[in-house]
Amino acid sequence: MACNSSGCESGSCGREKENGSKAEEEVIGAKKESVCLKCKSNEPMTFGDGGSDDGRFCADCFRSNVYGKFRLAVTSHAMITPSDNVLVAFSGGSSSRVALQFVHELQVKALRNYEASRDRSLPVFGVGVAFVDESAAYPPALSSEMGDAVAWVRSTVLSMSPPEKDLHVVPIESVFGSESVEARDRLVKLLDSVSDETGKEDLLLHLKMLSLQKVASENGYNRLVVGSCTSRLASHVLTATVKGRGYSLSADIQHVDARWKVPVVLPLRDCVWQEITRLCHLDGLKTVELARDQHPQSGINDLVSSFVALLQEENPSRECTIVRTAAKLTPFYFNKIPETDDSCVPMATQRRLKKFNLKYDGSMTTEAFCPICNGPLNDSDSSDLNTFEGCHDSDALFAACCSSCRFQILPQDRSSLEHFGSLLPHHMISQVKHHQKFDSQTYLREKIKDCLLLDDEEAV
Amino acid sequence: MEKGEAKSKKAGGPPPRLCCICNERRPVLKRPKTLQQICRECFYEVFEEEIHQAIVENRLFKSGERVAIGASGGKDSTVLAYVLSELNRRHSYGLDLFLLSIDEGITGYRDDSLETVKRNELQYGLPLQILSYKDLYGWTMDDIVKMIGLKNNCTFCGVFRRQALDRGAALLKVDKLVTGHNADDIAETVLLNILRGDIARLSRCTSITTGEDGPIPRCKPFKYTYEKEIVMYAYFKKLDYFSTECIYSPNAYRGFAREFIKDLERLRPRAILDIIKSGEDFRIATTTKMPEQGTCERCGYISSQKWCKACVLLDGLNRGLPKMGIGRARGGVNGGGDHKKETKAGSTVKSLESKQCGSLDF
Repeated sequence: MACNSSGCESGSCGREKENGSKAEEEVIGAKKESVCLKCKSNEPMTFGDGGSDDGRFCADCFRSNVYGKFRLAVTSHAMITPSDNVLVAFSGGSSSRVALQFVHELQVKALRNYEASRDRSLPVFGVGVAFVDESAAYPPALSSEMGDAVAWVRSTVLSMSPPEKDLHVVPIESVFGSESVEARDRLVKLLDSVSDETGKEDLLLHLKMLSLQKVASENGYNRLVVGSCTSRLASHVLTATVKGRGYSLSADIQHVDARWKVPVVLPLRDCVWQEITRLCHLDGLKTVELARDQHPQSGINDLVSSFVALLQEENPSRECTIVRTAAKLTPFYFNKIPETDDSCVPMATQRRLKKFNLKYDGSMTTEAFCPICNGPLNDSDSSDLNTFEGCHDSDALFAACCSSCRFQILPQDRSSLEHFGSLLPHHMISQVKHHQKFDSQTYLREKIKDCLLLDDEEAV
Repeated sequence: MEKGEAKSKKAGGPPPRLCCICNERRPVLKRPKTLQQICRECFYEVFEEEIHQAIVENRLFKSGERVAIGASGGKDSTVLAYVLSELNRRHSYGLDLFLLSIDEGITGYRDDSLETVKRNELQYGLPLQILSYKDLYGWTMDDIVKMIGLKNNCTFCGVFRRQALDRGAALLKVDKLVTGHNADDIAETVLLNILRGDIARLSRCTSITTGEDGPIPRCKPFKYTYEKEIVMYAYFKKLDYFSTECIYSPNAYRGFAREFIKDLERLRPRAILDIIKSGEDFRIATTTKMPEQGTCERCGYISSQKWCKACVLLDGLNRGLPKMGIGRARGGVNGGGDHKKETKAGSTVKSLESKQCGSLDF
């Protein structure tokens, strides 16, 4: 279900609501006061932001509606279970602020239940917060601005205890394994070697995810929560389409993305931007926006954002329709939480997960992935792999990437490509080597070797 | 994707003194698809060769086939007629080519473009057949717009034209219909289908050949050809075409997608082909693809409902209910019944509407 939002005026539901409130107005009488459509008792909130559905719901019903969608997403996709250790990616923006707030509220409730229960059988899941410091990518960095932002993040996270949450400030150059001047330098060189503006923006996003994955796995987290909302996903659907990434699109827009070491979950996927900003306004949730975020960039990503904003003006439910269409595409096997042999998962949870088929067998790896964007490769992209005979590392890198990354990220000539390859973080390059070594015969043999009677392959 | 794709990301340095491809002549243009700076002759060559490759690799034609070219007099169909007859000659496709034109009855637009098609008939030596909405349906687009205004008029025209082309093709007894839909059109359609939630259409709209199991298969040899290059070709070759936008089109929703694609092309020319690639690669379950095929009870045309869309729309027009058939079906609107047919003044109209299409050779 892509969208069940109060901001969605698709089809007849909008009209029904209008009729409902009109009837209510007539009943109340002379004062012509309207009431909340849901609880029919409180006064509806007016946000005065020119958006749809203004003045329909009271503050409580509005909040519970949004939180309800969050909770439904979490439970129906097994995003957070009692034994999990969850890292929330926090950028300081509205979406991730709401995600952090909701995860905190969920944790508080779990703690309350834990303290009230006699046998204390269900543990409380752990929550950590990660803030990625991207200032190394934009030299000369405004260090004072970033310092203020970090201080603000720290105090925000501190205010959300109990239960206490660890804060990890992650400099993006940590993908290179250190946080030194050399690492920062390497980052700048890497980004500079990408000539395409959009390619540069996208490479930075991929590095950001890598840095989050790194901090998550190094600190024992087993879930990464990102605050992507419907509106963000709608833009992603269009940017993926215009970059020729139609095959991998369905992997990016589901509730769960488990192709990463630490599975990524999107609990706000069904909430629209309007709801999120209204909630921040309503509950006084502060956000921070760094100066560079306010500068319009000149690439395709910004063009698409403006296009979606234009479409929204014409029809406020367009974002929902876009995501709903994309949701009809077939997802991948890794768009579910993977099953792990985890003895500390409570029995009740295990039974429930099995019953609703919410997990998949983690040993299935039928897809090959692009080393840079981690997108699943289509046959047409990966056909080069088998015919490839070059001896250069750069040829291997070229062959292993998807056509979109080849065009917008990889440099075009061989020597620049060699240099580029040497600058990439180790994790991405190791993916390339993994490609080269992949041999289906060996892979199959591994699966059945315990049943083979003879050792050598000639017996087969 | 393409070889020799020049990435001139920064404001270009001094233009090369020689064409990128032949290295002999002076370059006179920048190729919209690849930004290569090439001479006229090389442009003609790559343009025509890419279309030839699209035809050959996708096996669009068989030798001896009779093929009708949907000709509106606009740049796409004029260039299509020119290039196809040229390639037919050069590579001996062995095709029998015809021009098929539809007169929607739009004064000041269609009557002018039809003159162009009549000139094309003489210039290219291809026999021409013209069918009009007036004869087929009893309504011109002028009449329709007078009745329903400027919203949803494109829906009527599109549905009527599709059937008109099929009927014309049947009259000409051709094996295939080709249309001038170009890469920009297809990219726009992919975007539109995403915006509108039409997953079934999304899976079909990138096919280069459609309707193989219907009355007349149709193909789009210009699937990978950029609109800007078609214009460039027509300009340099001084081809005769009619260049005005349909006067009833400004409010079409497609306009949003078209503007966006124009902006996109400026940033990254290959994005148009990338959209088409995405459309081809979308993971869409085969079960969502085809609705069940039947025939229209009223006229015998192919239809997935009881009545074909054209009959539904026509019925609405004739009964003064122009909203019928527009938007989602709310049950019970579609279908037959014994309601009176209110016909307009003009007895010829009445006789054609009540005629079964069997007489027009389906």
